[in-house]
Amino acid sequence: MKISIQVNEGPYQHQSSDSAYHFVKSALEKGHEIFRVFFYHDGVNNGTRLASPPQDDRNVQQRWSDLAKEHDLDLVICVAAAQRRGIVDDGEAERNGKDATNIMDGFRISGLGQLIEAGIQADRLVVFGD
Amino acid sequence: MSEIKKFLYVNRKAPYGTVYALESLEVVLIGAAFDQDVRLIFMDDGVFQIKKGQNAEASGMKNFSPTYNALGDYDVNQIYVEKESLEARGLTLDDLMDLTYEDEDDDWAEKKSIRLLSADEIRDLMEESDVVLSF
Repeated sequence: MKISIQVNEGPYQHQSSDSAYHFVKSALEKGHEIFRVFFYHDGVNNGTRLASPPQDDRNVQQRWSDLAKEHDLDLVICVAAAQRRGIVDDGEAERNGKDATNIMDGFRISGLGQLIEAGIQADRLVVFGD
Repeated sequence: MSEIKKFLYVNRKAPYGTVYALESLEVVLIGAAFDQDVRLIFMDDGVFQIKKGQNAEASGMKNFSPTYNALGDYDVNQIYVEKESLEARGLTLDDLMDLTYEDEDDDWAEKKSIRLLSADEIRDLMEESDVVLSF
C-alpha cells in the first residue's frame, strides 16, 4: 500500500512524532511504500538540526533524518508553518534575509500543495496529532 | 492527478487558543486549487471558528474569520456543522456566519454553504471520504 503521513506536533512536547516514526518504520518493514511525510503546525520543529537532547534520550530529529537516508524518504516541511516558527534552509534564509539555517539533513521545505498531492497520490493519508 | 478524491477537513478546535484553525484554513485554501471534492466539518469547539461577530483585538491576534467568507469563491461550498456540538454550546445556526456561494449551475444564484448534520450523519460523511484531515 502507498501511504502518506502528516505529523502535526513538535518533538518531545507530544508523542505524535514518535508514533508517526514507529508507524513509518513498521510500514516500511512490512513492505509498504511511504509516499511522503509532511510536517505541519509545530511538527515543522521535527526538522531542526540544532536540537541537543540528553544523551540518554532518543533524538527525534536525527532519527527521522537517519530513516530518510536509509529508505530514501521524502520528508517535507510546510513553508508557511516553517516561516512562522523559524525552520530555515538556504533558500528561505536568502528569501527572508536570515543570517542562519537550521534545517536537518534529509528534510526539505515546500508548500502545502505537497500535502494535498500526498493525499491524492497515496492510498491512505495517516494524520498524527491532537 | 486526474482522479478526483473526496477531501474532508475536520475542524475541532476553538479559533484562537491554538493555531490549528488558522493553519487548517490555509490548507483548505491551497487545496482548493487542486480541483478535488472538498467538504468541511465544524464540530466540538470548532463550531466557534465560524461564529458571527468575532473580535480578537484584546488577544493581540489577527481575526482571520473574514477569510471564511472567501471559501465560496474557491468553490468550497459543502460546509457541515455538527448539530450536537452547536447545541451543547448554546448556539444555533443564526449565531454562525452567513457563508454563501454562487451556484453556476443555477444562474449564479446565491446559496447557503452551511448545513447542519447530526453526529450520525457526520460519521457517514467521514466514512465516504477518501482523505480525512483532522485539525
